[in-house]
Amino acid sequence: MQAFLDIFDIYLLEAVVNGILLGGVLALLALGLNLIFGVIDVTWICYAELVMIGMYGMYYMVQVFGLPYWVAAPFAILLVAALGAALHYIVIAPLLTAPPINQLLATGGVLFILQSFATVAFGIDFRNLGIRLPVLAIGEMHFSYSRLLAFAAALVGMLAIYFFMKRTYTGTAIRAVAQDRQIMSLMGVDTKRIYLITSALGGALAGLAACLLVLQYDVHPFVGLSFGPITFLICVLGGLGNFVGGFIAAFVFAQIISLGGLFSDLEWGYVLAFAFFIVMMFIRPAGLFARRS
Amino acid sequence: MNSRYIAWAIGLAALVALPFVYREPYHLHILVLILIWSFAYTAWSIMGRFGLVSLGHGGFMGVGAYVTALLWNHLGVSPWIGIPISMVAAGILALVVAYPCFRFRITGHYFVLVTLALSGIVLQVITATRDYTGGSLGYTPNRARSGSGLMALQFDDKITWYLIALGVWVLGLLIWRWVDRSMSRYAMEAISEDEDAAGAAGVNVTAEKLKITLISALMTALAGALYCQYQMFISPDTVSGIAVSLQMVFAVIVGGLYVSLGPTVGAIITILLAEVLRIGFGTKAVGWDNLVYGVLLVIFIIFLPKGILGSVLDRLKTQPKPSGTK
Repeated sequence: MQAFLDIFDIYLLEAVVNGILLGGVLALLALGLNLIFGVIDVTWICYAELVMIGMYGMYYMVQVFGLPYWVAAPFAILLVAALGAALHYIVIAPLLTAPPINQLLATGGVLFILQSFATVAFGIDFRNLGIRLPVLAIGEMHFSYSRLLAFAAALVGMLAIYFFMKRTYTGTAIRAVAQDRQIMSLMGVDTKRIYLITSALGGALAGLAACLLVLQYDVHPFVGLSFGPITFLICVLGGLGNFVGGFIAAFVFAQIISLGGLFSDLEWGYVLAFAFFIVMMFIRPAGLFARRS
Repeated sequence: MNSRYIAWAIGLAALVALPFVYREPYHLHILVLILIWSFAYTAWSIMGRFGLVSLGHGGFMGVGAYVTALLWNHLGVSPWIGIPISMVAAGILALVVAYPCFRFRITGHYFVLVTLALSGIVLQVITATRDYTGGSLGYTPNRARSGSGLMALQFDDKITWYLIALGVWVLGLLIWRWVDRSMSRYAMEAISEDEDAAGAAGVNVTAEKLKITLISALMTALAGALYCQYQMFISPDTVSGIAVSLQMVFAVIVGGLYVSLGPTVGAIITILLAEVLRIGFGTKAVGWDNLVYGVLLVIFIIFLPKGILGSVLDRLKTQPKPSGTK
């Protein structure tokens, strides 16, 4: 009986730590979505599909063109950043004065485009980088280096965004636009340029997430569906546009998924997370850390 | 006004008579699909026209299809009982998700994201319970013994299915019209303009929204169950998930969100488009239809947000007086 409890605790601890590591990447995704919502007031439904394109970019650069991972990663980030800017320029900018729902549905159309583009261009096979990072063993617990790396890189990425927002002129302008878009254009800030930069930043975060996720998961055209919905739940629970709320909610959800996956399949972890979300809606309707307007 | 009723009666009579004159099975098959999906799209537009944009309808459709099929295969419950049960299940799901949303004023982006997650989760549940549902490989209702087709709601001939689908489609239009003429319409329009003002004017905001959502979810579940009974094969990707939800939005927006036949026009265009691409490209068409859908959806939202039928009707209405009174 004692032995059983020991093993159980080890597994539990391992699941908790893995949950924290997963939370890092989810927090990164939530940050990108929150940034775009907070500044431009648009939700990119196709956000997870941008990540998918980034993962394919990594796959082609590493597996087909033979670039080392470290060289390919900046290119993938740039690629998705450019894609984010293009998405804003082509789809969102003409719709800025339309009802918000139209903007959201238009990005839904982009989701279709990206998914089927990937199906047509890359086929529906599962692909991976073929890089197998070693596993770190502490006592009887095992953690893969790819997860540790993802966690560390996600934290670094978030810190970089934080300092960019706090220390640079552009970052300050972005925060100011998020607070009041009418006044800022009167103050001599080019809001169009700020929107474009923000979209590129959001894209870059999706690109970074793609570089990290491609180490852990196979890429296929519908991979976005496996973490897209959970990212949206995190953003709503944390409060759309609320960076701190999104960060904490990401870790809460990651724990639920990881611990739920410990007792059953990973899919049930997601189901549990959704049930938790519905319950939270009753308790804290406007998000965990809501400032009700 | 009277000539309108006469036109409807003649059109309907022609549609009923059609399969007895024209029996080409493939074309009838396409017509049945168009009618069933039109019904589903009409269900979505009942909510969508009031600004309640739901991407959770893929979830309701999946519940309708899978609950009916699972009850039949595992417990031997006839679809005549199974379909109402599946509709109730979808209705309960809709209420459980929608009540907190409406009670606590989760609107706009938040509502879309919550419903989006709902359809994603239904897809995950169907995939996770693969021991019962067959997971992503799909699921086939058991064939009924010959002679008990009526009890199992399984018919081999296309004419029966055509008439069933036609009846359901007309039912959908009647519900649309009933909502259009009811007090709920005014209440919902007031709510979509300004919830606080509507509430202050004596509209029970939560109850009205729940009523519309419930009607829409029940209809969508019925469409899912019928699709399952007709096709005799369902997979998580064809009846649930985000892709199906977006497909509904796309068809309704292309056809026209604010007119009763808009969703039907949308269904005709999308299904014909998919079939033409399928026949034209063969197996290479995988992905192409969705690519064209996506591009069209974006173009329509930017340039023609009222949809094809909505824009045409607007044009017809203004044409008699070209001097252009607003």
